[in-house]
Amino acid sequence: MRLDSLKPLSLACAVAAGTLVTSVQAAEEYKLGLVTFLSGAASGPFGIPAKNAADLVIDAINDGTLPAPISGKGIDGRQIKPIYVDEAGGATKQTAEYRNLVDREGVDSIVGYISSGDCLAIPPVAEELKTLTVLFDCGTPRVFEEGDYKYVFRSHSTASMDNIAAARYINETVDSLKSISGINQNYSWGHDSWRDFTETLKVLRSGDIEITTEQFPKLFAGQYGAEISALMVKPADVVHTSFWGGDTDALVLQAAARGLLEDNQMIFTAGETALNSLGEHLPDGVIIGARGPFGPFAPESELNTWFQSEFTKRFGTPPTYPAYHMAQAVIGLKLAYDKAGADATTEQVIDAFEYMEFEGPGGKVSMNRGKGHQAATEMVYGRLTRSNGEIGFTDVRRYAADCVNPPEGAITEEWIKAGMPGAKCD
Amino acid sequence: MTRHVGRAELSLCSLLRAFGAKVWDVVMTQLLAIIIDGVVYASWLFIIAAGLTLIYGVMRILNMAHGSFYAIGAYAGAGMVGWYFSTGSVPWLSFAVLIGAALIAGLFIGLLIERGLLRFMYGRNEVVMILVTYAILLILEDAIKLIWGVEPYFAYQPYSLLGRTKLAGLSFANYDFMLIVVSTLIGLALWYGLNRTRNGKLLRVVIHDREIAQALGINVSRIFTITFLIGAGLGALAGALTAPGLSVVPGIGIEVIVLAFAVVVIGGLGSVSGALVGALIVGLARAAAVHLYPEVELFVIYAVMGLVLAIRPQGLFAVASARKI
Amino acid sequence: MQTKSILLLIGGALGLFVLGLLVPEWLSYLMIIAMGKGIVVLGVVLLMRAGLVSFGQGLYYCIGAYVAGTLTQFAGISDVLLILLASIAASVLVAALVGLLLCRYRGIFFAMFSMAFSMILYGLLVRSSVLGSTDGFNVLRPSLLGWVPSDDASSDLVLAVAVVMVMILGSLMWLYFRSLSGYAGEAVRENEIRVEYLGTSVFRIIYTKYLIAAALAGIGGTVTALVSGHVDPEMAYWTTSGEFVFIALMGGTSHVAAPMVGAGLFELLRTYAFAIAPYTWQMILGSTLLLIIIFLPSGLWSLVSRFSRQARG
Repeated sequence: MRLDSLKPLSLACAVAAGTLVTSVQAAEEYKLGLVTFLSGAASGPFGIPAKNAADLVIDAINDGTLPAPISGKGIDGRQIKPIYVDEAGGATKQTAEYRNLVDREGVDSIVGYISSGDCLAIPPVAEELKTLTVLFDCGTPRVFEEGDYKYVFRSHSTASMDNIAAARYINETVDSLKSISGINQNYSWGHDSWRDFTETLKVLRSGDIEITTEQFPKLFAGQYGAEISALMVKPADVVHTSFWGGDTDALVLQAAARGLLEDNQMIFTAGETALNSLGEHLPDGVIIGARGPFGPFAPESELNTWFQSEFTKRFGTPPTYPAYHMAQAVIGLKLAYDKAGADATTEQVIDAFEYMEFEGPGGKVSMNRGKGHQAATEMVYGRLTRSNGEIGFTDVRRYAADCVNPPEGAITEEWIKAGMPGAKCD
Repeated sequence: MTRHVGRAELSLCSLLRAFGAKVWDVVMTQLLAIIIDGVVYASWLFIIAAGLTLIYGVMRILNMAHGSFYAIGAYAGAGMVGWYFSTGSVPWLSFAVLIGAALIAGLFIGLLIERGLLRFMYGRNEVVMILVTYAILLILEDAIKLIWGVEPYFAYQPYSLLGRTKLAGLSFANYDFMLIVVSTLIGLALWYGLNRTRNGKLLRVVIHDREIAQALGINVSRIFTITFLIGAGLGALAGALTAPGLSVVPGIGIEVIVLAFAVVVIGGLGSVSGALVGALIVGLARAAAVHLYPEVELFVIYAVMGLVLAIRPQGLFAVASARKI
Repeated sequence: MQTKSILLLIGGALGLFVLGLLVPEWLSYLMIIAMGKGIVVLGVVLLMRAGLVSFGQGLYYCIGAYVAGTLTQFAGISDVLLILLASIAASVLVAALVGLLLCRYRGIFFAMFSMAFSMILYGLLVRSSVLGSTDGFNVLRPSLLGWVPSDDASSDLVLAVAVVMVMILGSLMWLYFRSLSGYAGEAVRENEIRVEYLGTSVFRIIYTKYLIAAALAGIGGTVTALVSGHVDPEMAYWTTSGEFVFIALMGGTSHVAAPMVGAGLFELLRTYAFAIAPYTWQMILGSTLLLIIIFLPSGLWSLVSRFSRQARG
């Protein structure tokens, strides 16, 4: 048997290897790999706002124009050079792209990942390649519950926080609450959100809650006519949804046109992104969350004012929570370097990052979960209200980080079912 | 004692009757909801699938780029409607703007692809043609992004303009009822065009046997162009009619392709009436799943497809084809 | 002659393995992924030679990957050989059932129906929270006959496994293509009825090929899962299956090495498209596919055969 089968393959590899030897790293640059969705349905609502926020914050860090107390130009005195990669293609593809960023592009660290599947697949690779990685937007609590990672940080809370807080909020503010129904996307995010929400409510009400219907339409389905009918046929006191992006928009439009939003109390745990574009379709009283203290719920600070106004000025729309998440991740990374001091090694930066507390545009971030690698923040919900056509919020309730996040070392699902021991609420 | 039992029986009876009436109410409401939701969804599916099946029937191309036509129609329609409302003109005319913009965009891109590319590839293997159209889909997906960006586009005004109707305690958007009407009109127009016009009859000759048609002196190339344009136009129209109910974002075209494929395969590739029946089956099955067993919604459509193919391997209304010996 | 080709084979395997160690890590990773996918595509090509295009090989790719995942993560079995055997068994078992129904279909119906089965698996996995739903779960490092490699050596083990698999399966398929049963596929593609007249069962020919293709896809899935360290239902989604057909067409169907070359070039093309044009990589991919279909209808391998013909004559 002849083996001409091998020649082309080895030739191709050899050519690729020869022409593309890892470029020599310029000492004066800090290469930052940034991975967000640049194509597909998650790019518009998440990927691009996050990229915009990264551009804005990186420029400000490079020019040293971020408000005090953040100081100094660049990271570790070096100008940041962002390298963008599209998050599309699934986890296998992304682990390959991660290696490319580290080995081929020679990045110093990586900030990225919106999809929870990617957030689970990347950390083992980050450990293998010993590269500092900050996960900036994914929701699953499993990352630090299933593994201990040295090189991986997550600078925002898990999606469980949204739903635990959502359950607390409706339990406290909805009179004579008896029944709930839900419409969530048929994938991990939707399943987990609904499970955390219902389990928390069961704990809070000692099981005294009825679920009338739970709908799980396909992700990006776009047509929710039948689901909306089902929610109407089996009415409940509160309708829960963790829809995001274009699916939120479609649900709001179709539900509003059929009166579901007026006749039912709805809670959108990630509804903030729809405010700017579809605010007029949301009736007063709808409960809105923003995946943390972001957007309209961000506490007042110089940094937040700067972020809001500069972002709006540069990109024409106010920043939504994915933008806040990204800003929080990049600023956290810079502060960790600042804390570690000049010319620190990656290990020293990791030491500085662990258990760090810092002020992001959305207020205080405490890296005090997941052995100092997972952030916990407060969570806020409010009811939409209008005064003179301007959208505002009433009945705003802020839940402290320790009230809606499981304590260090706990598995979220088990913690909720155990009755949320140790939760400290004001 | 006996009197007591009698009273208990009496109250039990009335209780049962009340219970029965309530169950009846719920069942009837649910049945009504399933039928209406199913038919609305089916109308939407049919508008998408009609163009796909027509192109396949005539040209033997299972056109994956149909998803791009859908997306282009949605973007063109939404973009123009957004602009139209910013001018503050008569709201009712927005329907014409929506459909007009989509049709122009769809016909333009259809002409470009058929004349510029596809006509050089006729006669290739059917599966190769799927990949050709897949390549077109990939290219158009990014082209759309370059033209319209990734920000969502909205055209919600027409959706709420028509108001809503209450049936058996449930509200339905009148826009959705209008979809049923539009879908029926498209179905009728296609039926009339194929069965009652000269060009339609020529088209059916081509569907039946391309080589004989050519031998008879029918200008097959022209028929192909016209068919592709109608198909592309229908795809764009479907996108435009969907746009008011959602936000137009990148990737919306990809989501509908597999759905439309399933409908067309169930009905029988190339058959317009098959697409109609396929759409109704899928629509009703999905609505029933959503109302009765929400957990199976994700694969009910594939289950239906499997079932139909297992019983009728060529789909419900397949055009018969000869075996080569 | 026999010993010579076996020696050549071993030499080739060693060469490929050493090459995998020499090139930068990202490229070595890409090589393994390409080999994993190449094995799957080998099965796609096998079916294509019989005139059948499967848009559902993702089904077995995913089964192979999930077998690797569940065995390492939940059953505590990390031996590569056991994992490979298990995933072959699982794939062939499922294929034996699905094939009974599927092998009656031809053309687009075969394509669509195979896709439907793969999508049903996708739907089932999405609904199973134990297996992490759409997020999937991580695959632990493999071992070999009691040897547990260190962190650094682990990827070398996977590389070796991939190389050995490519070589063994490649030669087996090379032999198969030239056997009577292998040529029967082409006969079926050209004219089924005449094959039946010759006294052979078309169903059995296709069924056999379907089982082999499923086993190959399962092995490819296992290799990919072991190297990427993560599995998710996306592997059964129709776009994944579409990718395999894309690679098959890109490489060509005339030689067993074509799928490997196709897979390698596809991965390289995609990663550079990602790097060079993060916003328009789909356009680059689509244009390449179009150019290949137009100018190299028999795939990239036709270039190789053209060259070797010129060299010879």
